[in-house]
Amino acid sequence: MSQNGKNLVEVKDLKTYFPVRKGMLKRTVGHVKAVDGVSFKIESGKTLGLVGESGCGKTTVGRSMLRLTKATSGEVFFQGHEVFKESRAGLKRLRRNMQYIFQDPYGSLNPRMTVGSIIAEPLRVHSVGSPEQRCENVNEILKRVGLSSDHARSYPHEFSGGQRQRIAIARALVLEPDFVICDEPVSALDVSIQSQIINLLQDLQRDMRLTYLFIAHDLAVIEHISDYVAVMYLGRIVEYTSAKRLYESPLHPYTKALISAIPESKPIKDKQRIVLDGEVPSPSNPPLGCPFHPRCPVAEARCRHEVQSLADVGTETEHLVACFRALEGEK
Amino acid sequence: MNENIPLLSIRNLSTHFFVEEGVVKAVEDVSFDVAEGKTLAVVGESGCGKSVTALSVMGLVPESAGRVVDGQILFRGDDLLKKTESQMRRIRGNEIAMIFQEPMTSLNPVFTIGNQIVEAVKLHQGIKGEHAWSHAVEMLRKVGIADPARRVREYPHQMSGGMRQRVMIAMALCCWPSLLIADEPTTALDVTIQAQILELLRELQKQQNMSVMMITHDLGVAAENADDVAVVYASNIVETASVAAIFEEPLHPYTQGLLRSMPRLGQKMERLESIGGSVPNPLHFPQGCKFHPRCPIGVSDQRCRTQQPQLREVAPGRCAACFHAKGYGD
Repeated sequence: MSQNGKNLVEVKDLKTYFPVRKGMLKRTVGHVKAVDGVSFKIESGKTLGLVGESGCGKTTVGRSMLRLTKATSGEVFFQGHEVFKESRAGLKRLRRNMQYIFQDPYGSLNPRMTVGSIIAEPLRVHSVGSPEQRCENVNEILKRVGLSSDHARSYPHEFSGGQRQRIAIARALVLEPDFVICDEPVSALDVSIQSQIINLLQDLQRDMRLTYLFIAHDLAVIEHISDYVAVMYLGRIVEYTSAKRLYESPLHPYTKALISAIPESKPIKDKQRIVLDGEVPSPSNPPLGCPFHPRCPVAEARCRHEVQSLADVGTETEHLVACFRALEGEK
Repeated sequence: MNENIPLLSIRNLSTHFFVEEGVVKAVEDVSFDVAEGKTLAVVGESGCGKSVTALSVMGLVPESAGRVVDGQILFRGDDLLKKTESQMRRIRGNEIAMIFQEPMTSLNPVFTIGNQIVEAVKLHQGIKGEHAWSHAVEMLRKVGIADPARRVREYPHQMSGGMRQRVMIAMALCCWPSLLIADEPTTALDVTIQAQILELLRELQKQQNMSVMMITHDLGVAAENADDVAVVYASNIVETASVAAIFEEPLHPYTQGLLRSMPRLGQKMERLESIGGSVPNPLHFPQGCKFHPRCPIGVSDQRCRTQQPQLREVAPGRCAACFHAKGYGD
């Protein structure tokens, strides 16, 4: 097994393409390259933040890792197992330890089930304990996420958005998994509720020794919760380093623009802002060369037909970037 | 125009919705001003009544469900609530324009965008035919759409979200309104596109010397774009101040909590502070100050639990609605 002992999760050259079908015979006329060669590792007990704009493929990475979406190629190692090669039964065993929290707490909870049975469902599916024990587990996890055991008999519509997200978190954690993918867990919530949920996720990580893949578009939230951050653009990771270093010295022009585009919560006049021209190109017809070059303020001739793969700039903290100019500037 | 009269002045506005379960007081006793050429940001969480305030100004509160029950909306000193529907129609889109959050649903899918811009120009400005079209093309160029002469003949579905929001802005500004109401204009957009659109709005505002009432839930957007800020919580304004003052020294515990609970880039904290509890249901607002169950001071204060504090001037140019705010007095 090629896997390093302290890495809980390792993704190697993950590609997920969706076919584009046209015409009466539904012939495949092209592919949307939602994820196009993504690799990363997550150390046990740490949080990797995956940040990018809508359509960059960050959710597809998360879904492909759990085989909720079928990947085209690549490998995912989890606790030494190769996820894509597991049988149905093997996958079920693995999924007990890999859970997913979805963005929309309104759509992800079945409105016809009580909160208690929603949270107990993973226990039933994996045949954990007797019905009495499950009931106890549910009550315990409800308390852990800041709800009370009385809530088990209520239905999802009786709860606010923040409380529903707590229920979704309880459902994901009731099996005591090692690894949780949090897919935009706070972006559907009000500002005053977001920080409650972020704090809760951090407390649970500490108490239950969880490893997170935290997917979000909000760089401030990502910086707060992550140990390492990977920035995605058009299906690829363009920069990867520690959260602290990413903010202090971003190298990729896209990361720089992303950081400077975030409105700061204090009025600063004359802030130097990099405003990017144009929009994110379609992943079904990505530009040749570096995918970012049509919007890049520092692009040069070779960026139009050559792609720099993710490479280490050679600083003390691991810092990878996929940009000719950034790499040259650092060396 | 007299310098001292604000362009828009809302006084004690209350808008209620009458539903089966009772009365939803979506806007209650709300007062604020938008000064000529300035931007006011109305900040609050979802359901706090900020959009209904905007719809009340436009006279677009759906009649079947609710209505303005009290107050005045003074536009250049004229009460808009006393206008007839046909008078309102002349003001709406002409002197006061609005852009909505969802650029996907607020454009008509069966007309070209040119058609939709020309419609407003013909109606309000009396410009006809070729001139109206060239005005539409000119507006599209102004909002930064490349190749406007071709784009003007396209349909909304042929454009991306950022483009559609540019089209919405072009439509709103084609009659040179003096007041633009922007309801979460960038919420549906990505951050890099948001930065483009906000910069465009700032530029056009300067060119046309227009006032903007910007509704947003994002304090960052308010900080960078507004001159003044009004913070709304549960249908009431809890604090108004200049943008510098509100971020430097917020006076209301809700504003303080909001500012502290946001993670900030480059200032990594171990833990975020947070406001406990959740936003109250507008059918059953708590007694007294509506924020008291979530307030660190109010939760144990007898007066906060029984009496509702009124919005009152606490320092020159700033108001707060909290018994414990500095300068509120008794």
